[in-house]
Formats: sequence, structure tokens, C-alpha cells
Amino acid sequence: MSAAPRAHELGIIGCHVCGLVCREPAGDDAACPRCGAALHRRKQGSLGRTWALLIAAFILYIPANVLPIMRTMSLGDADDNTIISGVVELWVKGSPSLAVIVFTASIVVPMTKFLVLGTLLVTTQRDSDWALRQRAKLYRAVEVIGYWSMLDVFVVALLTALVRFGFFSQVEPLPGVVFFGLTVILTMFASMSFDPRLMWDGPDHD
Amino acid sequence: MTEQTPGTGQAPRDDLPEPVVRKHRFSLSLIWLVPVLAALVGLSLVVHAWLQAGPDISITFQTAEGLEAGKTTVKYKNVVIGKVTGLELSDDRERVRVKVALNKSADGFATKGTRYWVVRPRIGLGGVSGVDTLLSGAFIGADVGDSKEEQYEFTGLEMPPAVLNGAPGKSFQLHTDDLGSLDIGSPVYYRRIQVGRVVSYTLDKDGKGVSLRIFVDGPNDRFVTRDTRFWNASGVDVSLGANGLKLNTQSLATVIAGGVAFAEPKGPHDDSPAAEDADFTLFGDEATAMSPPDGPPRYIRMRFNQTLRGLAVDAPVEFLGMNIGRVVSINLDYDAKHERFPVTVGAVIYPQRLGQAYDKLAAQAGTKDGRVDLGRMFAPLVAHGLRAQARTGNLLTGQLYIALDFVPKAAKAPFDMESTPIDLPTAPGSFDKLQEQLADIVTKVQKIPFDSIGHNLDRTLAELDRTLEQVNGQVLPQLRGTLESAQHTLGSAGNALSADSPLQQNLGSTLGELRRMARSLRALTDYLGVHPEALIRGRPDDPPPPERAHPPTRQGSKP
Repeated sequence: MSAAPRAHELGIIGCHVCGLVCREPAGDDAACPRCGAALHRRKQGSLGRTWALLIAAFILYIPANVLPIMRTMSLGDADDNTIISGVVELWVKGSPSLAVIVFTASIVVPMTKFLVLGTLLVTTQRDSDWALRQRAKLYRAVEVIGYWSMLDVFVVALLTALVRFGFFSQVEPLPGVVFFGLTVILTMFASMSFDPRLMWDGPDHD
Repeated sequence: MTEQTPGTGQAPRDDLPEPVVRKHRFSLSLIWLVPVLAALVGLSLVVHAWLQAGPDISITFQTAEGLEAGKTTVKYKNVVIGKVTGLELSDDRERVRVKVALNKSADGFATKGTRYWVVRPRIGLGGVSGVDTLLSGAFIGADVGDSKEEQYEFTGLEMPPAVLNGAPGKSFQLHTDDLGSLDIGSPVYYRRIQVGRVVSYTLDKDGKGVSLRIFVDGPNDRFVTRDTRFWNASGVDVSLGANGLKLNTQSLATVIAGGVAFAEPKGPHDDSPAAEDADFTLFGDEATAMSPPDGPPRYIRMRFNQTLRGLAVDAPVEFLGMNIGRVVSINLDYDAKHERFPVTVGAVIYPQRLGQAYDKLAAQAGTKDGRVDLGRMFAPLVAHGLRAQARTGNLLTGQLYIALDFVPKAAKAPFDMESTPIDLPTAPGSFDKLQEQLADIVTKVQKIPFDSIGHNLDRTLAELDRTLEQVNGQVLPQLRGTLESAQHTLGSAGNALSADSPLQQNLGSTLGELRRMARSLRALTDYLGVHPEALIRGRPDDPPPPERAHPPTRQGSKP
């Protein structure tokens, strides 16, 4: 192929932090002579980490959906809502646009992340050269949308802080939101720990 | 360690040993603690939920008003013990089946005897309850029973129970003729303090009375003694006594909503607390409740040969002024022999109200059919003149009551000791006597010949009229003539007596003559006094007259 030589082939290594290129060390415990960061060719244990975090995120995503995330109390009437029931309620009560936003942020985005990361992991592990460029785009998209899935947590946090009218109206966070937040954080870590260059390692060496 | 074997190294270093590592997913095992931890957390949640889940029960109600699946809670003493998970109609669509998931801690509520009811806002005369549910929505209240037997199907109460299980206090049974304005939840008062309430009421099996169940809260239940009297405290009791008008109520609420009051009777009584579920009689009012026990009622019958206008059912029957019973029936009868309409009055009497007198009389009379022989008891009294009389109790309204009194010099009356009910002989009442006397007077008055008196009077008046006519026609004109002549006479008399009349002048001159005559007479006597001889000799020649004896009169008189 029009294979550009890899750094490894040239016996050089770049620092991930400051970008300094130096000779590839023989051992593992090399550090960047300029900034002192650890030097390694690829993110260490990237696939394993990503898998672990992704699985953990998925496990936590179950209670995040099953448990109620928020309790709204108005005039003594307490109402517990899970993510789905909140979406349904928004839809029923005449805010379909809001319902769509919340649904996207709390259901579509995390699910997409699980799917995308899972696909990326599987294909990368199998050294597949299927749709490499698209996979790269997918990865970048996951990185971008990752932050947006915190929307629910922000909503709950904001409402809890703002709506404090005692008996008349009050919003309390419930355990579900913690799990949801953990899920989002874990998926973000997962996508961070995934090293996209691994995708290109496999199929390129023909 | 490296992730992958250096792929296409062009300068193989065969002298180095080839490591066997390829894909080391498990090499960084620490990161796998995260999913393990997450799994543990998830697992613990599942276990927790599983442990928390109590029994699922179903309760049927008449309506699911205010209930909401997934939201309505089940509360015991305001602690949430479960949640409604589903609502469905029963198979026959008569009722609503409410599925409830109880908490683990509340599995004791899935036992026999547990009662469930829906707490909704209720507004009654006794107050308002469940206001909190106005805003928060209805919830299902629960009250656990004593039983340990498990049960998963319940029939919900439509009304909240008045008494919760295990509440300190005692319940009692009251028996009365009718419920009045009492209802479940009606208050029970002791010295005007609410100490309990009516829990339930049922019609007696024979339909002849009502049994009420009341609950008196502890520790006040100890005030209910064996001799306690209960009465219906509903309404207003107005009594007009020697002390004036007295208005007696328990509380304003009972005036409208009714209530039960109780108290110990005055005087010596049994102070020991009544047992749970003891039976009591609920009297109509305090006075009845406080009066000595009536004993079994007895029936008597009386026949009156008079109109009994003003006698009503429930009119009192008094024995020597003591109220011993009341009239229960008034029936008109027809006596073909005498062609009269006697009135048969039936009355129920409580002879025991006579107290000691009754005890002694009863001892004398003995018993018949296991009861005091009323006939034998009354026989000697009737012989001594005991008669029933209808008397006027109230002169304004003309209300009658039956008085059993000894009538002096009463005519002998037949009395059948054996008849049941006994027939008491009657006597006309004092008011009837009064009426008779009045009638007598009226007859006497009627006997006065007002007609002839009037006639005579009329004639006399006609005579008088004629006489007066005569007087007018004849006497008066004559009288006027007489008066006229009299006036004339008086006029002439007046003329005669007037100052310038000739008579007057004549009279004056006459009188003047008379005076002159008197003067000369005096002169003569004087002269004779001095010269008595003159009578014989006559008067000498006149000496010169003394100056002094010359009065300066105009009329020179000559003797």
C-alpha cells in the first residue's frame, strides 16, 4: 500500500503529551526527556480498559433506567420519575420537543455509544479492515457527543437547586441519577481509553 | 509490555527470545475491578429489591376513585407500607381489584383480619378528615388484625374504621329502640368530654331494636361501670322548671349530628368497671336514663265514657302524681246497649317505678305466670276507690294525662282480677266535674225568663213614651204661658221698685212725713217732761226760746 512508514518502524516514538519525538526506547519505563510523561507507542492496555469500562457502564446503565432519577413534589403530591417515565410524561403533557431532546440525550446517546464502542472494539480486535474511515468518523462522533449525555444529570442538579419552594414545589434527586451519571462518566472514560490508532495497526501490515 | 508485536520489523533479532504474549486483555486486570464493582452494585440493588419485596395482595373496593397504579401508597399510621401496582375490574365488574405490593417489613399485613380502606377527604358534621389527601391524593389506610393466618385477598372498607386495632379502650353494646340521629363516628360524651364514638350499628335480628357498638378510648373506659347509664344526647333539652327555663345540650355538634352520653346514676351503685362488650340500654334522654330501673312493662286498659280530646299516645300515666307509664293506644268503641261511644285507652306502666310501695304491694299480691300478679295487686286498691281519670295536664293546650287516683266516695266498680290486661275502672276527671257544674250554672241561667222580662220592659218603655208625649204636647205649652205671665209680673214689680217710680216717691215723702211727725212727737214729750202741767193748763206764753235748742234744720217744725 501507499504505506507511510510507522514511527515504530523508524525506531522513533512521539510523546503523547508534548509531542517530542525521540528514539524508541528498548524498555517499558521510558519517559519523555522534555516533559517527563511516560512514553509508549499505543495507549497502554487500551482495548482491555475500554472493554472493562464499557461493560461497567452498561451494567450501571440498567439501574440508571430502572430506578427513579427525580422526585417532584408539588403541593404534597410526590411523583417519582424514571428516565423513561419522565420522557413519556413530557410527551403526554404536551412537550414533545423536550421529550425528544431528553430521550436523545439519555437513551439514544448512551445506547449509540455502547454500540459504537462495542463495534469499534470488536472490529479492532479482529484486525478487521472493514470501513476503516467510517469507523474513525464514528469514533470522533462518539467523542463529541459524549459530553451531551450528561444532560439529564444537569437537569436534575439544576432543578434540585432551583426548585425549592418547600411545600409548594420541590425537586429531589433519587439514586437513579447517580447511576446515570456514573454510566456517562464511564462511557467517556471508555472512549478516552480507546486508542483509535489500533484500528489502523492491524490491516495496514499486508 | 507492548500492545502488539512489532509488526513488520525488517531486521529480525533472532537471538532474542520471542515472548509469547499476544493479546493481553487480561494483563491489566485492575481495570476489570470497575465492571466487577458495577456488577456488584447492580447485584446488590437486585438483592435489595428482592429482599424489600413483600407479599403481593389484592384488595377490592367499590370504586377506584383517587387510586392510581404505581403512585398510591398504602399507609399504616402514616408510614408507607406498600404501593398500588395495578388496578383492574373484578370479573363481575362489580368491584375494583387493587393490586398492592407490600414492603417486606409489612408482610404482617397480609394476614387475616387486616382492614384496608381508602383515605379520602371527608367532611362530616363531626369534623373534617383526610385534608392532607386533598393535595397528595388518596391513599389506602391499613389496620392490622390480631390473626397470624395469612391472607392475600381482602375486601376493602368503604368507610374508615372508627377504631383501630390495638387502640386502648373498650367497646360496649348499646340497645335502643331506634337509632335517632346517631351514626358511625357519633361522639360519646362523659361529662361533656368526648371519650369515644359510635363504631357500628346493626338492626336486631328480630327487627325490634337497634344495637349500637361504641368504643370508649382508654383510659376513660374505666368510667364505664356496670351501673353506667347511657342516653342519646342528641338535640336540645328544654325544660321549664321552678328555676326558670333551662336549655340542656351536650355540645353544638350533638345538636345537629347526635351523640351518646353516659354517666353513673346518683346514689349508691356498682363502681366496678364494665367488661368489654358489656350490654347497656341506650335511653332516650338523661332523665329517663337516670330514673330507677323500670322493670318489665305491664299493660293496663281503661274505658272512658267521655270525650278524650287532648289525650295523645305517649301521654303520661301517673299514680298519685308519680309517672309510672304512658298511653300506648286510644281506640273508640261502641256500646250497643247504652248507645254510647266509650274510649278504650291502653297504657303501659312500669309498676317498679313505685319503688318501695311496689315491693310491698307485690309481696302482698304474689306472682302469677312468673310475674307479679297485677290484678291481685290492684284489686284492693280499686276497692278503696282507685280510679283512672283523664285530667288536664296543660290548661293552655288542653293536653290530657291519665291519673290513677283514689276518688273519695267513688261508686263501686266491677274489677276482674283475672283479665289480662287488667281493666281499671275509670271516673270522670275533675275537669269534667267542673264542666258539669258549669253546665248546671248555664241551665240555671237559661231558666231565667228573659223573654217575658224583655216583653214587660218593652211595654213599660212604650208607656213611658206616651207619658212623655203628653208632657211634651200639653204641659209644656201651659208652662210657657205661666212663665211668660210670671215674667210679666216680675217686670211690673221691677217697674214699681225702680228709683223714679211714683210709688217710690210717695214712699219717700211718706217717710219724710213720718220723720217730721216723730220729731214733733219728741218735742212734745220733751215739753211735757219739763212742763207736765201743760197738760192741764195748757201752754204758757212762750219765753224766749233757748238758743241752743234751735237745730239748724231746713224744715222748721212746729209742735
